Formats: sequence, structure tokens, C-alpha cells
Amino acid sequence: MKYYQPEIECASPEQIRAWQDERLVAQVRHVYDNVPYYRNLMQEKGVTPDDIKGRDDLYKLPFLTKSDLRDAYPYGLLAVPTSECVRIHSTSGTTGKRVVAFYTQEDIDLWDDCCARAIVAAGGTKEDVCQVAYGFGLFTGGAGLNGGSHKVGCLTLPMSSGNTERQIQFMQDLHSTIICCTPSYAAYIGETVKEMGIKPEELDLKAGIFGAEPWTEEMRRDIEASLGLKAYDIYGLTETSGPGVAFECCEQKGMHINEDHFIAEIIDPETGEVLPDGEKGELVFTSITKKAFPLLRYRTRDICVLNRTPCSCGRTHVRMSKPMGRSDDMLIIRGVNVFPSQIETVLLEKGYSPNYQILVDRVKNNDTLDINVELSPEQFSDTVKEISAGEAALANDIKTVLGINPKIHLVAPKSITRSEGKAVRVIDKRKLHD
Amino acid sequence: MIKQISVFLENKKGQLADVAAILGGKNINLHALSIADTQDFGILRLIAENPEAVAEIVKDAGYICSLTDVLAVSVPHTPGSLAHIVQILSAGGVDIEYTYAFASADADRAYMVFRVSDNMTAAALLSGEGLKTLSEKDLFAK
Repeated sequence: MKYYQPEIECASPEQIRAWQDERLVAQVRHVYDNVPYYRNLMQEKGVTPDDIKGRDDLYKLPFLTKSDLRDAYPYGLLAVPTSECVRIHSTSGTTGKRVVAFYTQEDIDLWDDCCARAIVAAGGTKEDVCQVAYGFGLFTGGAGLNGGSHKVGCLTLPMSSGNTERQIQFMQDLHSTIICCTPSYAAYIGETVKEMGIKPEELDLKAGIFGAEPWTEEMRRDIEASLGLKAYDIYGLTETSGPGVAFECCEQKGMHINEDHFIAEIIDPETGEVLPDGEKGELVFTSITKKAFPLLRYRTRDICVLNRTPCSCGRTHVRMSKPMGRSDDMLIIRGVNVFPSQIETVLLEKGYSPNYQILVDRVKNNDTLDINVELSPEQFSDTVKEISAGEAALANDIKTVLGINPKIHLVAPKSITRSEGKAVRVIDKRKLHD
Repeated sequence: MIKQISVFLENKKGQLADVAAILGGKNINLHALSIADTQDFGILRLIAENPEAVAEIVKDAGYICSLTDVLAVSVPHTPGSLAHIVQILSAGGVDIEYTYAFASADADRAYMVFRVSDNMTAAALLSGEGLKTLSEKDLFAK
């Protein structure tokens, strides 16, 4: 089985466009009629549903941002009566007030289909044993991949995250072939496997589906080596359903966006202007099939590039690059834009642990950048000279990439808090906002 | 030549106390100890019997730790002994990374530990001057 829904995943661009035109028109009408919050935004902009005749008119619609979702909490963007909804999910709330998203049964079915496409693209069939080690609960990760795995017919292990030794025990006893979790948890499982003296080839894993946080190509190679599998990226956000908005195929060159459900745009984050395909900017999604919580032109804050060139996997849906950073967790330090992923890339290239922490502060009106980096046994020396030289070389490499000088602090291995969910990478003490 | 146990310490409260307590708890007697510290981190250097086992204990407690070959020299407990050794090594082109001293059971002698750029050359230079470098057996003989 190469595709889960070949007639959709390999549809002609004209067919995809026809679906998008038709579904968008109906969706805008549905939202206008049922979501006073968005109707007001449209009226402020002087747009009516009649102005939207297809995808080309999308630019006329107002944007939604995370702060709209907070303002409208909890029911303000709900488009059906709660009696039609069967479930909610919620964001972690790390950036402020929680965002709650609602689902009808149909919404969940379509979401599960999206996740099933991702699992099949990673080589999954009903013969596979799929271990879902994303958190279950309000977080969408566990529920999404669990649903997708059921649709594919895999034997599903709804492990949730944590209890790593038990994860590995089940992996061995039940011969898991696919693992789904956050990349930082996958790296942690890989480390634990090594510590337990288990070789990657002793495991039956063939594929991993990792998402919900930014990760780099270097991290992909580390995870692939430590668990003996091929690592696939999956993208999504609670606001648009959850994981499965876009997923990687065997080519591992960008993630196919499920365009029969979502219209993707790239905009200039400063001006809001739509940019042509191939240009880097902020990713914006419009849900065209969701009934309960249909967001139009939702600004993801993820910076990436869309690629419409044909993919050799046979899928015709547009591909998005791995997010290159988030326009909202982008740090501006001494006037320089800094993405934590840039620092991570240098650390991995130089053989340091990807477990790091960035501390930004402002002392006497000057921004300071401190990076806690875990020392590895290979880099340890009994002389101060050698360790300090390594520290200085690392600071220099980071400076070359960022353009600003960091202060490196070497810390003991495993001393930086490891999450079994999302990692806290940045502590900004400057309080530049609010 | 003897083996020194080198341990990475983060610059935060209680690190040394923690290592000391772990070793004390395992009934390890430390013969010598030295700390190199910077603003950010420290390196604890230890001399103890059965260094391989001690290193394992420290590693198991989660510390980064390695074994380093160092020279131990028994020197007369008199002024000028250290200067003499340093002169021999420097004249022979051997660089000293660091050194520290510890007491010997013999009140007339002290032990010096040297971490040098080239152990073999250093040992040969010293023995040429009648200064014996000690083995673990010599050091820990009861």
C-alpha cells in the first residue's frame, strides 16, 4: 500500500483546485452565518461571502491570530452548536491562555484520515505495530496518530508519553515497527535504549513519525541511527485539527499539505501580503472541511516555503518545508533575529548534545545571550585549557551563524530538564512585552 | 605512572560535597585531591586506590569522569625540591599542565603529582637525575 487515499493524494492540480474553490465558498458562508466573531472581522474589512468565489479571492479575507483565539475563548469561534461536537482538544497554553478547539464526529474522521495518510506514507500497513508515544489527553498528538493508526489497521499501542523503560519493553515484546512521538522524546528514547545496552538492530522499528516541535536534519540523523528507523516529519497544530495537516513521504523532501482540507498561503509577516510560491514567509492555513472550528486564514507564525514542483512519490499536493523558525519565538537579541534552531544546528554539527537552553536577559540596556550546553564525555578533558578552548570554539561557531557573541556555559550531562513532551529551550527574562 | 580520576563539576553549590559523599559512602579513601576552577566549571582531580573502580562509581552517579595518566614523584621535604624538578622537566622540553602535592607517611618526604605533555620523556629525565616516579603499588603499599 503506497497511498491511503490515492484518488485524493494523487489528484490532478485542477481537481485539487476545484475542490478548494467549491469548499472554500461553502466554508466562508458557513463561518459568516455561524461565527459572529469572524463575521465582524469580515464586515470591518468590507467583505461579504459573495465576494469569495474561489481560492483566488482568499486574500480578501481577514486573518485570524492566536490572540483572536484567546479573545474568543472558549466558544467565540465555534461554528456549530456544542450538541454537534463530540470532543475538544487544547493547546499547552505555554504562551498564555489556553486555546480550545472543537470537533464534530465528521471532523475527527477527516482528521484521522489525514493522519492515516501520514502513516501509510511512512510505509505503514495493517501488518504494522504502531506505538503512539505522543501525549494523550488534551494534546492532539496522541489522539491524532491513534486515530490514524486505527484507520490504517495497524495494531495500535496507545502508550502516551513517559515511562520510557516501559515504552522500550513494549517495543521489544510486541515488536513495534512504527513509533510516533515528539522528536525530543524520540531522541530521549534513543539515549535510553543505548543506556540499557540494546542495539538499534535488536528493535523492529522501521519508521518514526515525529512532530509537534521544531527539529533539524542533524537531529533526524541522530534519531535514525539511535533507533534504527527512518524518521518522518509530520506537521499540524491544534487550531487546524492537530498533526496530519502535512506529512513527509518517502522522499523526505518537504511535507505534503492535505490540500483537500486546508488551503496554504505564505505571507509576509510584516505586511500580511501574500507571497508567491517558493518565497519564505509565514504559513497561513484555511480549513475548508472542518465544521466545528473552521479557522479562515489562521496565521501559524511558522516561517517556511511552499514547493509546488512534482514529487517523485506521486503525490500531487503542495509541499511545505520544515518550519525554519517561528515568527513569534524568534528572538531579537541586540537587534539580530535569532532562531533557536540555528543554535541547535551548530551544537549538533560540533558534536554537542541537542539538549541546550538559551537564556536571554538585558543588563544595563544590553542584551545578553547565554547558552547552557551539556558537556559530553568525549569533550571532557582533565585540563581547563582544553575544555575552555572547546567552549571558545563553540562560541565562535555560534557567533559566525548568528552574528552575535554568546556566552557558553558547560553543564553536566542530563542537567538540563528533559521533557517527555515539548522542550523548554528559551528563557527570555527581558520582559519586552506586556 | 599512576592514574588520576578527573571529574567535571558544574559551578554550582554542593557539587564537591556530593562527589565526596558518594565516595565516602563507598568507603573510598582519597590520597590526594586538587580542583581547577573557572568561572563556569571545575575539574576535580583525585588520587585513590583502584582508580578504575572509583571512576565507575563517579560515572554511575552521573558525572563525567575520565582517567588521566600522571606522574607521581617522591621528593625530599626540603626547600628547592620542586624548583629542581621543574628545572629538569623544562630543560628537557617537557611542558607541565598542572601539578599538586600531597603528604607522605614519611615525614621527610612529600609526593608531587605532575600532568605533563609527555610522560615517558618526563619519567626518563627524572630517573636520569635519580628521582623515582612511583607506580600505584609504590604509592599504596601499606
